[in-house]
Amino acid sequence: MPLYHNEDQAMLADTARGFIAEEGNIAKQLRHWRDRDCKDGFGHGLWKQMAEMGFTGMLVGEDDGGLGMGHVEAGIVLEEIGRNLTPSPFLTSSVLAATALQHGSADVKGRYLPGLIAGESVFAVAIDETAKHRPSRIATRAEESGNGFKLSGSKSFVVYGGSADMIVVAARTSGADDDAGGITLFAVPKDAAGMSHKGVRLVDSSMATHTKFDNVELDGDAVIGEIDGGRAVLDAMLMAGRVGAAAEGVGVARGAMDMTIDYLKQRKQFGKLIGEFQALQHRASHLYSEVEIARAVTIKAQQLLDAGSEQADLMTSVAKAKVAKTARLAVQEGVQMHGGIGMTDEYDIGLYMKRDRALAEFLGDAFFHANRVAELSGY
Amino acid sequence: MSDLETFRSETRSWLEANCPAEMRQPVRDEDDVYWGGRRAKFKNDAQKAWFEACLAKGYTVPAWPQAYGGAGLNAAEAKVLREEMARIGARPPLSSFGIWMLGPALLHFGTEGQKQRFLNEIARGEIRWCQGYSEPGSGSDLVSLQTFGEDHGDHWVVNGQKIWTSYADHCDWIFCLVRTDKADKYQGITFMLYDMASEGVTTKPILLISGNSPFCETFFDNVSVPKSYGEDCPAYVGQINRGWDVAKYLLGHEREMISGAGGGDRTAAIGSAMTRAAAKTGDEVDPVLRAELAMFDVDALAYSAMGEKFLDEIKVGKSHPAQPNMMKYVGTELNKRRHELMMAVGGSRGLEWDSEETEGGKAPRGWLRTKANSIEGGTSEVMLNVIAKRILDLPGA
Ligand SMILES: Cc1cc2nc3c(=O)[nH]c(=O)nc-3n(C[C@H](O)[C@H](O)[C@H](O)COP(=O)(O)OP(=O)(O)OC[C@H]3O[C@@H](n4cnc5c(N)ncnc54)[C@H](O)[C@@H]3O)c2cc1C
Ligand SMILES: Cc1cc2nc3c(=O)[nH]c(=O)nc-3n(C[C@H](O)[C@H](O)[C@H](O)COP(=O)(O)OP(=O)(O)OC[C@H]3O[C@@H](n4cnc5c(N)ncnc54)[C@H](O)[C@@H]3O)c2cc1C
Repeated sequence: MPLYHNEDQAMLADTARGFIAEEGNIAKQLRHWRDRDCKDGFGHGLWKQMAEMGFTGMLVGEDDGGLGMGHVEAGIVLEEIGRNLTPSPFLTSSVLAATALQHGSADVKGRYLPGLIAGESVFAVAIDETAKHRPSRIATRAEESGNGFKLSGSKSFVVYGGSADMIVVAARTSGADDDAGGITLFAVPKDAAGMSHKGVRLVDSSMATHTKFDNVELDGDAVIGEIDGGRAVLDAMLMAGRVGAAAEGVGVARGAMDMTIDYLKQRKQFGKLIGEFQALQHRASHLYSEVEIARAVTIKAQQLLDAGSEQADLMTSVAKAKVAKTARLAVQEGVQMHGGIGMTDEYDIGLYMKRDRALAEFLGDAFFHANRVAELSGY
Repeated sequence: MSDLETFRSETRSWLEANCPAEMRQPVRDEDDVYWGGRRAKFKNDAQKAWFEACLAKGYTVPAWPQAYGGAGLNAAEAKVLREEMARIGARPPLSSFGIWMLGPALLHFGTEGQKQRFLNEIARGEIRWCQGYSEPGSGSDLVSLQTFGEDHGDHWVVNGQKIWTSYADHCDWIFCLVRTDKADKYQGITFMLYDMASEGVTTKPILLISGNSPFCETFFDNVSVPKSYGEDCPAYVGQINRGWDVAKYLLGHEREMISGAGGGDRTAAIGSAMTRAAAKTGDEVDPVLRAELAMFDVDALAYSAMGEKFLDEIKVGKSHPAQPNMMKYVGTELNKRRHELMMAVGGSRGLEWDSEETEGGKAPRGWLRTKANSIEGGTSEVMLNVIAKRILDLPGA
């Protein structure tokens, strides 16, 4: 398969670009909700529109009412979301949760997917328990109790945990905290008794929660997939989420870069456009190169994942790490090359810097994934 | 099975049957590379057998038309062949500046007569070409070149000096940039082809910091270059005084080649191999070095995806025409980093310059050689200038 978008994908990219630039732009969404101190952190109106466009159910199979598209297509939407810094639960609900739910029984799918696809129920995911991504350790426990389970423990960095209707929770049903096995995934209503959410606003204005589970009672049919067999579902979910986060990061990097290159062509100092100074030209050219590469490896990872290749996991971590490094470079160079104005709240470049910070942390930063690349390569 | 799958399975069995085991080993020294030419000698029977098998199949230049010695493979087939060769680690059967540089320029600008003659000679490995671009006063600023060809009706008389001419002392012919109009900087250069055995051509090898001497100073002292080698076969490519267009086109291919975008060992992850190598000598890779290896592997694996995308896009004309400059910049900088890391892992063993155990100082010599990657074919700084100007459209670039 050639490493570029085919005709259908190019058309989707056009549609997504136009739509998100129009409806999801920084003024209409990010700033709008931020400046109103919106507790949800995203606009439900836009989410509804995205559902009407079919975006919310892109990754859900056609048999289950979705569009049956792949990660290349989801990545196209995510890149535009990244470019416009559009706050939306697309990554958590339509990528991570949608991937998890499709590993569930017919009953689970039937119960949750229609609402997810329609954009009527928003899903968050609760995986991490500490400040750094570490999915190998799951200490939150679900003890069998009657026909169901009792869930106890805590999760952090639950993005949109406060506004979601449902939360996909990775919990331990057996074994020690660091065991690979013994994991089970649950679909938990956000308002279940015994759950408490401490909402926190993050640096990029997105909302997350620290969520505590105190003997939360769950039915047996809250289980997604096999009891104790949740690691495979979690891994699939993580891979989808990471490749999605990489695509969004490419959008952040490209957005920051484009804005900066434009600025180099407008700002004059010393009687010249600052883009005439070779010191800046070389750095801009270097940035361009890195962004091209980050985008290429992200598409590669998407294609491998869609093809079910054994290489997908490795290339997903390569992509996540590469994009994290590249988007970081893009926003740093972006602010620096804007000079003083880049430090102002009024100007958008700083918003890219903040978004990159949060997005890179989500599901593992560059260090986490570079280490993973080494481990997967056998060293 | 689709046609392409059929082609893949056929290619796989053909390679299985025809690529000798020795030719699936990584290249160890200069003699392992077969360059062809009048004075060429095969290092061993395996090298000869592999070359001849490929020659018969058109696989020395698989994507060139059959009429010019190629196999006429389309883009998708050529990619399959590349992938299948990479899978078994097959060496290129023939390497040459003719294949990488002059050939593409002739395919684009050459007359039918030139193609028939020169492309077939290249494909068959009969003539080995060198590149006469750089001069002592004209490196990055190539267009300022001074080597002059005086018009004598049916021939030119060429005088001047080239420098850094790779393998000039082993080559049969030269493609050479010669000024033919002193009044016009850009439209006063002719892209000439002539025999290095011509009277008045001398070469003087230059020793590199790697201890090898792969390139030369090349002097032209009243060299007579005929304007034509027969019907439809002029001694210049494109038009007289318009050689700069050809030169630039060729540089694009040269940069693509140096970038290593075609895959091969330059783009592969190195951490695991390096860690194994260290273990062999009872050494351990320091955790901080391991971290650098991991970061390198992220960059190298990402770049290999870029290489694939780049080649895929070129085939359908989707690639930005200046993209080879980006590939060259990144590919060569990565290759330098790779060798720095190899030296770091190698420790004192990597310092040995000529011991047998180190295959004659392969590591330090290779490491030093890579420093030229970001100079030859246009420096990294020049690549960044070109990206700024042609891709980013920055002012005054
Ligand atoms: C937090 C903060 C506090 C400040 N406090 C004060 C204060 O109290 N009083 C005060 O007077 N000022 C203050 N400043 C202003 C500060 O001194 C300027 O922002 C700074 O001099 C840069 O100027 P500029 O913002 O116009 O950027 P520009 O000069 O427009 O620079 C934009 C970009 O172009 C680059 N550039 C410009 N010229 C060249 C060149 N020749 N070669 C290569 N690159 C070039 C710059 O390095 C930068 O990356 C403050 C700024 C900040 C951010
Ligand atoms: C191993 C090797 C093989 C080669 N083989 C051949 C060959 O076969 N045929 C051939 O013709 N040539 C060959 N070359 C020559 C090569 O193309 C030149 O070395 C190269 O173009 C640089 O020219 P220069 O050496 O004169 O350096 P210079 O142009 O003098 O550059 C010196 C430094 O200044 C920098 N610089 C120059 N201009 C600018 C600018 N505008 N902006 C910013 N920085 C700038 C350069 O990047 C470099 O760092 C070879 C070189 C090497 C190292």
